[in-house]
Amino acid sequence: MLYREAGQFKSSYASDQAIFPIRQDKIGIALILVVALLVVPFVASNYVLNSILVPFLVFSTAAIGLNIVTGYCGQVSLGTGGFMACGAFFAFKLTTAFPDIHIILIFLLAGFGTALVGIVFGLPSLRIKGFYLAIATLAAQFFLIWMFTQNPWWTNYNPAGVITAPPRALFGDFYITGVRATPVGKYLFLVCFVTILALVAKNLVRSALGRAWMAIRDMDIAAEIMGIRPMMAKLSAFAVSSFFIGISGALWAFIYTASVEALAFEVTRSFQVLFMIIIGGLGSILGSFLGAAFIVLLPILLNSAPAMVGIRMSTELLTHLEFMIFGALIVFFLIVEPQGLARLWQIGKEKLRRWPFPY
Amino acid sequence: MNTRLIASWLIGAPAAVVGLGLVIQLAALADPSLYFAWGYYFEVFVGGLLQGVMYSLVALGFVLIFKASSTFNFAQGSMVLFAALTMVGFIEWGLHWTIAFALTMGVMVLLAMAIERVVLRPLVNQPHITLFMATIGIFYFLDGFGQTLWGSDVKSLDIGMPRTPVIVLENVFDGGIMINQFDLVAALVGGALVLGLAVFFQKTRIGRALRAVADDHQAALSVGIPLKTIWVVVWTVAGIVALVAGVMWGGKMGVQFTLALIALKALPVLILGGLTSIPGAIVGGLIIGAGEQVAEIFLGHFIGSAIQDWFAYVLAMLVLLVRPQGLFGEKIIERV
Repeated sequence: MLYREAGQFKSSYASDQAIFPIRQDKIGIALILVVALLVVPFVASNYVLNSILVPFLVFSTAAIGLNIVTGYCGQVSLGTGGFMACGAFFAFKLTTAFPDIHIILIFLLAGFGTALVGIVFGLPSLRIKGFYLAIATLAAQFFLIWMFTQNPWWTNYNPAGVITAPPRALFGDFYITGVRATPVGKYLFLVCFVTILALVAKNLVRSALGRAWMAIRDMDIAAEIMGIRPMMAKLSAFAVSSFFIGISGALWAFIYTASVEALAFEVTRSFQVLFMIIIGGLGSILGSFLGAAFIVLLPILLNSAPAMVGIRMSTELLTHLEFMIFGALIVFFLIVEPQGLARLWQIGKEKLRRWPFPY
Repeated sequence: MNTRLIASWLIGAPAAVVGLGLVIQLAALADPSLYFAWGYYFEVFVGGLLQGVMYSLVALGFVLIFKASSTFNFAQGSMVLFAALTMVGFIEWGLHWTIAFALTMGVMVLLAMAIERVVLRPLVNQPHITLFMATIGIFYFLDGFGQTLWGSDVKSLDIGMPRTPVIVLENVFDGGIMINQFDLVAALVGGALVLGLAVFFQKTRIGRALRAVADDHQAALSVGIPLKTIWVVVWTVAGIVALVAGVMWGGKMGVQFTLALIALKALPVLILGGLTSIPGAIVGGLIIGAGEQVAEIFLGHFIGSAIQDWFAYVLAMLVLLVRPQGLFGEKIIERV
């Protein structure tokens, strides 16, 4: 009843092509942002901020990045962890070598550096596709992690091979990394930063470039005949995707964990992000957020559920059960809704439009 | 596989081995700190080949399932772990290992039926990527299930295979070549398995049905081959291959969680050999195994150790750049 676009007329091309063409969507997004910026920081405890909301936002960025190359351009990539490591280590080297550069610029530069690496490892996609490509991207994963663990230069010769984020302020005394950063500060910065990144991504996939990616995904040969250059489309998808993933890696190392070793970006991380976009929905920016929320929340729920109902289990058994439930849920989701949570949301919206008189 | 192809491999492979040795010898001349002797080189090489057979054992399971259902079964690694854990569990009950082996085979049949019923059947006609994701789900499930059932301690699996190294060809090379007997037995078992599979696929009625399904699902269905049964059979065969691989790997490094991760080692073998080719899995395994060992010892000398982690992938990637379908894969011709 409330969610209905009747009476909202489009009188210009601009309004027809708006990101949120329906007024209720605009209000909804604005409400979410207002709640996220003005209510959550005062209500949420430090635990919720630090171990749920911050990783959720960081993972969302990674999921958006992977969604661009896998969901929009159709090139399955399993190198996400490696690219995240790239972003983290690039940002660390940059900010320790040039302490005066502003931290946001550092993140962006780390993203651009990762984009270059992404182009290099995207080159095989010009020859091979499908599972072959997926496995070829594992080469990036293992090679990059090896490079960061093997060369102490990347960690500034830290004996433990760990990089620790130096304190950096967004402006004045508002620290977002290092010991003086407060959870609320980190969270607020991430909300703004990730919102802007998501907006950029959303607009990119609506642009000519994004349409070229989708054409390549749907049928590469047909796209080529229509005049889309596969090389440009595929490599730009890899570059843009790696840009986002690199930034998420830098955010992970600097804001979420504050100190990190290369092994934190092992191949399991790649799979984790891949799960996010599959469960959230391939080819959907909203899906990236939903999937990230699902994957971040699920282990926490699984961990606390037995305690809630009063069953005591050994942590070992709990981990194994968690694995089982996780696996079973993935299969369940794939069977029930192969297109992910974003599709469920879409179906829900369709239903809502006609509610309460569906006929 | 025609005779010309086999002949070119028979001549080309030894030539490549010797050529690689010569290159390394040149490198050793240029850099005296790199130790090189032909006996040592061949020892490393043979060690790598035997290691490669172990990779092939895992890769075989992937190929079987991919051939019959075009599903990339990521869960093969956890099937290896699950099979090994189950077998160790039965042995711990005090059963003889042959009985435990047979019982575990039964469990793998049940597992195949369960997977077909619960996962594959509802996902018929979904895109390949969905099925791939589903197998990752199975991977996690089996991983947790096996360890919930049997515990997660490292267990030893000893079925009385010899472990002492032997030294061969003492009169050809100075000091001879040391070979681990365990690896040798594993290689023989692997060879026997491949031979058995080849007979199964070529000579039996159900093997022919499997090949028909692999060629074309719909055509196979239309001549009356029951797809569901075939899938169960394929997953069973893959489960048994996983069991053999689990016994070998478990005997080598103990039955433990990391066993599931050897699947990651088998992936480059797969794409190198081609996803649909059984000989490809074998040859790919041999190339990866040997290449990895040689690279670790001789190339690792120059660029740093532990390159085993990624070398196989880079090698496979380079081959793919020249032959996108792998060494023995079916050439895919695409038209609009």
